[in-house]
Amino acid sequence: MALQETAPTEEPIAFPFPPPSSLYEPSPEYAELRDRRPVTQVTLPDGKTAWLVTGHAEARQVMIDPRFSRKAASGPDTPKLGLAAADDSILGMDPPEHTRLRRLVASAFTARRVEELRPRVAKLVDELLDRVETLPRPVDLVENFSLPLPVQVICELLGVPATDRHVFHAWSDAVMNDWRADPAKSKEAIEELSRYFARLIAAKRAEPADDLMTALIAARDRDDKLSEHELVQLGLGLLIAGHETTANQINMFLLTLLRYPDELARLRTTPDDIPRAVEELMRFVQLGQGGGGLLRVTLEEVELGGVRLPAGAAVLPALLAANRDPRAFDQPDRLDLSRADNPHLGFGAGVHHCLGAQLARMELQEALRGLLRRLPGVRVTVPDSELRFKSGMTLRSLEALPVTW
Amino acid sequence: MWRVRVDGACIGSGSCVGVAPGHFALGSDNRSRPLSDEIEPDEAILDAVASCPVEAITIEDADTGEPVEP
Repeated sequence: MALQETAPTEEPIAFPFPPPSSLYEPSPEYAELRDRRPVTQVTLPDGKTAWLVTGHAEARQVMIDPRFSRKAASGPDTPKLGLAAADDSILGMDPPEHTRLRRLVASAFTARRVEELRPRVAKLVDELLDRVETLPRPVDLVENFSLPLPVQVICELLGVPATDRHVFHAWSDAVMNDWRADPAKSKEAIEELSRYFARLIAAKRAEPADDLMTALIAARDRDDKLSEHELVQLGLGLLIAGHETTANQINMFLLTLLRYPDELARLRTTPDDIPRAVEELMRFVQLGQGGGGLLRVTLEEVELGGVRLPAGAAVLPALLAANRDPRAFDQPDRLDLSRADNPHLGFGAGVHHCLGAQLARMELQEALRGLLRRLPGVRVTVPDSELRFKSGMTLRSLEALPVTW
Repeated sequence: MWRVRVDGACIGSGSCVGVAPGHFALGSDNRSRPLSDEIEPDEAILDAVASCPVEAITIEDADTGEPVEP
């Protein structure tokens, strides 16, 4: 198709795109748009329009530049895509409101603090794999490894009893659900989780412990740094964000590695490359169902990638497409586990850059290290076409991943 | 006056650019850098120090060299 200078008058493209035929490649529409017009108007299912941003530099600007607001995107009149639960959380705030809450939790997730947790995580990986080895094969990796690992880690960090996992996991699934599918169910789940956290907070007030929830309670009760509602929302947000994402990345990382046996074989012989491999897999693997980051709304007129966006425009950074931008990555469609320069946007960017990014990196490194070392011949026992994803989720969330070795 | 530094631990998250716009920018190397060597004390820069996921930002007193943050 010829490049048209009058592109804004083109018929807007319908988004989200039809799902790709492969689990490992983005829908081809992303690359076509990125090459032709990295900032493009699209029509959403509710009939509203938004600007889809598929270039790396442009998508990063949307996430970093304060003229693109999450708060303005959380209002009732803006398009709702996927994770509506985010709107009533710290993810729906702008600085300085956002900064006040983020500062309360940021120190618990720095690279330095996360390194202190590494030996504990490595031990959890070993214990889970000890048990996996005793189970009849095929073993469901979701139930026995990729989910319990991050659940245990975030529960210990927050001070939530991991034995309550079966209680909160169904609610967590409902919260992560696409709210267009069943808004009442998602709302009910948030309320259930809020009540759960209110009880937990009451218990911790009575009996403080050395954990993040106790520290946040002190920030409220001693220093009045946040409201009771914010305390509850922050706690449940950390719990949910802290395990669903990592669990799914462990599954998708393994599936992706098994598809690239040469790269996998090389990684086995050079385990020092595991941190780089995790970065490359973060770039390459699609975590979200829609391929997008969180929607922003412009607070004023902004020029983005040569396109003049009016104030009040809905803008969606397509992280998946940005992570395959040839202007930012050499041979972007190639999985290169030793890629050195890797400014991927898998954890987002700007003030909402994933709070748990360092923790997720470390957990993914240890999970991968454990799987490679303990289950060297690991393989999935069903073809991709038989893998079942939970329906209506904003993340690509596997029901099960049967493996043998 | 303060002297602000971003050290080699920077991962280019852009957190500081969003928290303290006008004080930091991402360079072509995808790392953050302060926009000027010496700046007037500003609460937003303390926020940037506290928000950095890899604790790569430090502030010192420009005259004495004494650390201000962290």
